[in-house]
Amino acid sequence: MAAIGLAVFAVGMSFGAIAVASGLPAWAAIAMSLVVFAGGAQFMAVGLVAAGNPFAAVFAGLLLNARHLPFGLAIADAVGTGWRRRLVGSHILVDESVAFTMAQPDPATRSRAYWMTGATLFVSWNIGGVLGVLLGEAVGDTDALGLDAAFPAGLIALLLPSLRDKETRNVALAGAAVAVVATPLLPAGLPVLLALSGLLLMRRKA
Amino acid sequence: MLIAVIVALAVGTYGFRLAGVVLHDRLDLPAPLRRMLPLAAAALLAALAGTATLTDSGGFAGISRPLGVAVGALLAWRKAPFVVVVLAAATTAALLRLAGVP
Repeated sequence: MAAIGLAVFAVGMSFGAIAVASGLPAWAAIAMSLVVFAGGAQFMAVGLVAAGNPFAAVFAGLLLNARHLPFGLAIADAVGTGWRRRLVGSHILVDESVAFTMAQPDPATRSRAYWMTGATLFVSWNIGGVLGVLLGEAVGDTDALGLDAAFPAGLIALLLPSLRDKETRNVALAGAAVAVVATPLLPAGLPVLLALSGLLLMRRKA
Repeated sequence: MLIAVIVALAVGTYGFRLAGVVLHDRLDLPAPLRRMLPLAAAALLAALAGTATLTDSGGFAGISRPLGVAVGALLAWRKAPFVVVVLAAATTAALLRLAGVP
């Protein structure tokens, strides 16, 4: 748990620093971490807003986060019943809290695992984010520090475990190739969305 | 505009989360869609990583950044901790730039 907390803290911090480095005001980076609380979509939004395509930022971000719906279906029992638990518990549903919960076999530990991980991640993500914003503002030229390389490297590290599955790897790499080739030709934001064409490589049957 | 982006993302994301939790026993997503969502997420993230590594405002990003990312990716593949991956990528790019590599 401490290890996940630390990792998320580090990603949150790089998000804050990169967000202000790409021209986002501090309040926007901090607000995004608090109310969106989804790393991939936040990085995506920062990149596409900086590129001048806010519509693609929203569209790609929401497409990315649509996976939370099936996650919610899978771990709803751990969130608990009653509207207060559901309303609060839904906000701390992220990849890691879901993975941690699914690994618990018995119902009582499932619920505890979900709330513990979710709360830990929310706190470390946001503290990391604020520190990252301060760091980004303190350093002016973030390219001299290589922060522009830190962001894609971090994304790759996050993505790598899921690429061990062959189908996911084919779809993801094909999509990335399409996006890179399309980048000099199309307006900002569209190439990343075109990556969805990688889904054509999805197998017909499970 | 920025506020609108943040609000739309926040409301939409929370909506997906809450819908899953609330519809738990009343919704059965078709199996292909259930399989497709994580794949779509992986494709989008990989595309973001790829374009952020190689391109900058529609042009080529230079040499320092892709090399830095490559060092980070190699470390990630060797299962180095996340912090090490990010720091190594940044340090490599920073040192190359200091040496005058574009």
